[in-house]
Amino acid sequence: MTRADQITFDGVSKKFGENVVLDDLSFGVAAGERVTLIGPSGSGKTTILRMLMTLTEPDSGTITVDGDNLFQEMRNGTLVPAREQHLRSVRRKITMVFQQYNLFPNMRVLRNVTEAPVHVLGLSQDEAEARARELLEMVGLADKIDAHPAHLSGGQQQRVAIARALAIRPEVLLLDEVTSALDPELAAEVLDVLRDVAKSTSVTMLCVTHAMKFARDISDRVLMFNEGRIIESAPPAELFDAPQHERTQRFLRSLREES
Amino acid sequence: MSGGLWLRLLDGLLVTLQLTGYGAVLGLLFAFAAGLARLSRHRVVRGIAFAYTEGFRGLPALVVLFWLVFALPGLGFQLNPLFAGVLALSLNIGAYGAEVVRGAVLSVPAGQIEAATALNFTRWQRMRRVVLPQAVVAMVPPFGNLLIELLKATALVSLVYLQDLTFQGQIVRAATGNTAMTFFGLLVGYGVIALILTILMRLVERRAAASLGRAVRPGLLSGRTS
Amino acid sequence: MNFDWQTAWDSVPQLLQGLLIALQATALGYVLALVLGLAFALARRSHQAWLRLPVAFFVEFVRSTPLLVQLFFLFFVLPTVGLELSPMWTGAIGLGVHYATYTSEVYRSGIDGVPAGQWEAATALSLPRRRTWTRIILPQAIPRVVPALGNYAISMFKDTPQLTVITVAEMLSVVKALGSQNFQYLELITMAGLLYLVAALLIAWPVRIAERRYRKENA
Repeated sequence: MTRADQITFDGVSKKFGENVVLDDLSFGVAAGERVTLIGPSGSGKTTILRMLMTLTEPDSGTITVDGDNLFQEMRNGTLVPAREQHLRSVRRKITMVFQQYNLFPNMRVLRNVTEAPVHVLGLSQDEAEARARELLEMVGLADKIDAHPAHLSGGQQQRVAIARALAIRPEVLLLDEVTSALDPELAAEVLDVLRDVAKSTSVTMLCVTHAMKFARDISDRVLMFNEGRIIESAPPAELFDAPQHERTQRFLRSLREES
Repeated sequence: MSGGLWLRLLDGLLVTLQLTGYGAVLGLLFAFAAGLARLSRHRVVRGIAFAYTEGFRGLPALVVLFWLVFALPGLGFQLNPLFAGVLALSLNIGAYGAEVVRGAVLSVPAGQIEAATALNFTRWQRMRRVVLPQAVVAMVPPFGNLLIELLKATALVSLVYLQDLTFQGQIVRAATGNTAMTFFGLLVGYGVIALILTILMRLVERRAAASLGRAVRPGLLSGRTS
Repeated sequence: MNFDWQTAWDSVPQLLQGLLIALQATALGYVLALVLGLAFALARRSHQAWLRLPVAFFVEFVRSTPLLVQLFFLFFVLPTVGLELSPMWTGAIGLGVHYATYTSEVYRSGIDGVPAGQWEAATALSLPRRRTWTRIILPQAIPRVVPALGNYAISMFKDTPQLTVITVAEMLSVVKALGSQNFQYLELITMAGLLYLVAALLIAWPVRIAERRYRKENA
């Protein structure tokens, strides 16, 4: 962890009931860095993304983005639990793409992408639409602008969700198993779009995925999680080709057998 | 039966439709206010809404109506009779409607709210732009059932001398002496109104489902949802 | 004008008598609704159109018309066809038939909720149709609808004040009788309202427990 890190986790712990999900976890991510989180299910990867998105609170420890403490704010000289206003200010830089896409079914594709720019960023309708058309073009769905989300395939929905996330010009993009609900062919379309995003923008990416080829292509660093801790951290070529830890070796072997 | 009696029934029909219409509007208002209040972050607001829904789901509509018409004057308030009728009916139906609103809001998947949070919507924007438009679609079928319940309950106002369809039916019965025919005719009349309301609500249901890009059930009359 | 607590308090014994009669009507009507509702539900699943269609029509018709008018109809028309019933029985039949149209829907949803595999298994064992119903389908369908059925007991109790129009001496009739003597409607209706509320909450109690238990079992 260096002072230059954009995102820091410091001594973060989280339990769900008796189940320890994160165990005194500390790590940092630099601005513009692409980090992939791997590990067996239940090892805490998704919880990390949800905490950064302020959807789950840690039991203890601090999380900062650009030096701002996510869940606490200074009020009259003391640290107090953050209120909605503070949460909104830290959320401004971050957004997330979900495993289940979570497109808004009550809005057509174009409005899914323009809604936040217009009502959160305060863009004009024309501006937001022009930008949305560009993004939908980029994800290859320019012809689906007027469709209902319910009428799109899973892969198409996820590509709209990526366009929707990029439309608010995030500095940090969280990708939570974005292809896990998709058939391999549809997953490939989504991963191609994300490769484009990685190439053409400087957004910081935290990515939970089982798509190892994709992780190797885009990542600067891969973190291997087990039982709420990082047990190995290395550039993808190193971690995938010469894993040090026995648990990592076993995990990678099981993934290869699956595919 | 003379033309004058038919006119009476027509007058009564208008009063019944008025009660149903105003009652539905005011009831909807109570339903949304109480249903959303039950989901409030503030305990006091939740408590008041809980007391309202539990209270009026335990009080007979007829007793509420009698209280507004015959007891309230004892406290020095005299309500316009039509207003008293609308108020009693809508307080009652609103308590049931509040449960519908609450259930529909809770039925919107958590992922929708999380996605709205990830786009940095305010709490109010999440409710107004994401949750409610989806919840309302789920409310339409049970609201359709409640509308029929409201229509049926309007007949109670005839007992406090409001001249609705049932009241005028009693006049017709007294004038013609044909008891069986009159009451049967009344029942058919209410049945036809209910049928029309059901068809209208089915159309609303279709539009609502289409707003989410969903296919709709075929047939305008096939089995009500309960 | 002030609230006269003395009058209110003095009216309680007579109001309670009315409440007892209301509960009696509810009990009679409810048993009828449970039995008749099941019959309606089964008839609507029948393969015989001559049975299925008229019952469906009757259920939809009764369910969409006011109980009040139905009570008038029964009260004045039954005697003309030679059926002289007491007001209590007329009221219980009115409530029972009206609510049978609701309970039949509840049974129906319960029956529809039994997985299709259960029917197929019964066919595979070549069980006769009647036995399939009594031994396989209904024992699975009915427990899951107990809370919904219970809620209609509360609704039915709340409709008992309407029996005043057919001269059943339930609580609202008591209010009217006492009120015609002392004109203290404020006190009388308020007390009656409180008693309705308490009684409805007492009936609701076991229903809520059943609901919670059912939800827990299916969690």
